[in-house]
Amino acid sequence: MTGTTLDIEARKGWMSLLAKAPPARLASLFEEAGARPGFTWLRPPEVGGVMLRGRMGGTGAPFNMGEMTVTRCALKLATGEVGHGYVQGRDRAHAERAALVDALMQTGRADELRATVLAPLEAEALVARTSRAAKAAATRVDFFTMVRGED
Amino acid sequence: MYVAVKGGERAIDNAHAWLAEERRGDPGVGELTVPQIREQLSLAVNRVMAEGSLYDPDLAALAIKQARGDMIEAIFLIRAYRTTLPRIGHAKPVDTGAMACDRRISATFKDVPGGQVLGPTFDYTHRLIDFALAAEGEAPRSEQADPLPGTMPRVTEYLNLDGLIQPEAPSDDTPPDMTRQPMEFPAGRSLRLQALTRGDEGFVLGMAYSTQRGYAKNHPFVGELRIGTVAVEIDIPELGFAVEIGEVVLTECETVNQFTGSKTEPAQFTRGYGLVFGQSERKAISMALVDRALRWAELGEDNLGAPAQDEEFVLSHADNIQATGFLEHIKLPHYVDFQSELELVRRLRAEAQQAGTSAESGGTAPQSVEAAE
Repeated sequence: MTGTTLDIEARKGWMSLLAKAPPARLASLFEEAGARPGFTWLRPPEVGGVMLRGRMGGTGAPFNMGEMTVTRCALKLATGEVGHGYVQGRDRAHAERAALVDALMQTGRADELRATVLAPLEAEALVARTSRAAKAAATRVDFFTMVRGED
Repeated sequence: MYVAVKGGERAIDNAHAWLAEERRGDPGVGELTVPQIREQLSLAVNRVMAEGSLYDPDLAALAIKQARGDMIEAIFLIRAYRTTLPRIGHAKPVDTGAMACDRRISATFKDVPGGQVLGPTFDYTHRLIDFALAAEGEAPRSEQADPLPGTMPRVTEYLNLDGLIQPEAPSDDTPPDMTRQPMEFPAGRSLRLQALTRGDEGFVLGMAYSTQRGYAKNHPFVGELRIGTVAVEIDIPELGFAVEIGEVVLTECETVNQFTGSKTEPAQFTRGYGLVFGQSERKAISMALVDRALRWAELGEDNLGAPAQDEEFVLSHADNIQATGFLEHIKLPHYVDFQSELELVRRLRAEAQQAGTSAESGGTAPQSVEAAE
């Protein structure tokens, strides 16, 4: 995939998946995938804050809620592809792996990484989400009406 | 005269060393780990994140450990850390309508679409101490059912369809940020909501309770309370598009208040809004009540002089770090200040005594009373 044909939606999808992945899980999948490429930093990992916002009544005018820790970095592979990592939290290694996978997804290794790293992360995220929704569903109230015995 | 006093370094070092030992407690008892606090004291972690105004569960858990469980001290640590962070940017406003709900209840409509989902709640427990928790046992397991749909419809939208509730005007204005500009009054609703969501839970609860009890009467229904996960999306400037870079758990409360109408508005329901980091429902409900009470002017209601209607009073006293900073500073050395007060009192007493003596011999002594004020 070249920079010009890069599908933005697909890239948003994997960047988001990498950012939300449990850092230890991404680490083990990435190490298993092997062949960590050489790279140079464009921006070494940096921890900062992002201000979160809500809306009045959920839908109205925005207001500032409070910050969230975020770690970001940017790197360039020896072959020239640039990868960006923006992840929640303060884990610099997580941001670095996210940026490496982002860069590698622009190379000939994209299909391989999709299968070995992204697909398992996606499946596990779905299981986690579904399991939580299933637990919530079990706490849904089923109202029933008592028949009062009148004609 | 200003007198610099040195000394105390050794005492301070030793006090801190003893603090560390006391923090650890009996070494025969296993040491708490940060993940244990994060996982098993998660509501304490949520409170520290909400009032510390920084969403980072691991950091909040560490702060609780360092503070020996003193919540305000832990919040102080988080606030101090927060100030060291460069601001990377701001997220798009979270879409709570798309929340993956763990809990979602309405006190206004029994058969609300999506249903009443209780979630992991303390409600309906008997509040009896569970001695079984004192013994180690197997991890409990929850029940599961067919998963809930991805999103839940918003209860106030149903009232909105009929025009029965005051609508929220959509806007994409940049809200003011109290962490960047000093607070000014009148503050406006967006600044009030920022101050309330990071305000002290006890203070906001007390203010909300006062309105329920009748100080500017405000006894709403909880139209909807939802707790769950929302995505955080930020614009990545170097890429020119937005990415969901994380998820946070939030509690949202929408209250529905009666409003009999004003000269310009028909009778309709009005809203109070609460949105807080983590599973923090007492705080979210309190925030919604206080938000509503503070909206008296825009809704054309009377100012009854109630504390919860007083924006300056509420916002100036909601922050527990500001409050404790000012409160606790009085325990620090004030030797010189006090010395001068001591001298003043001694002088006034001496003068009064002298005047008393001369009063017995026919004089008057009112000036000593004035001087004491």
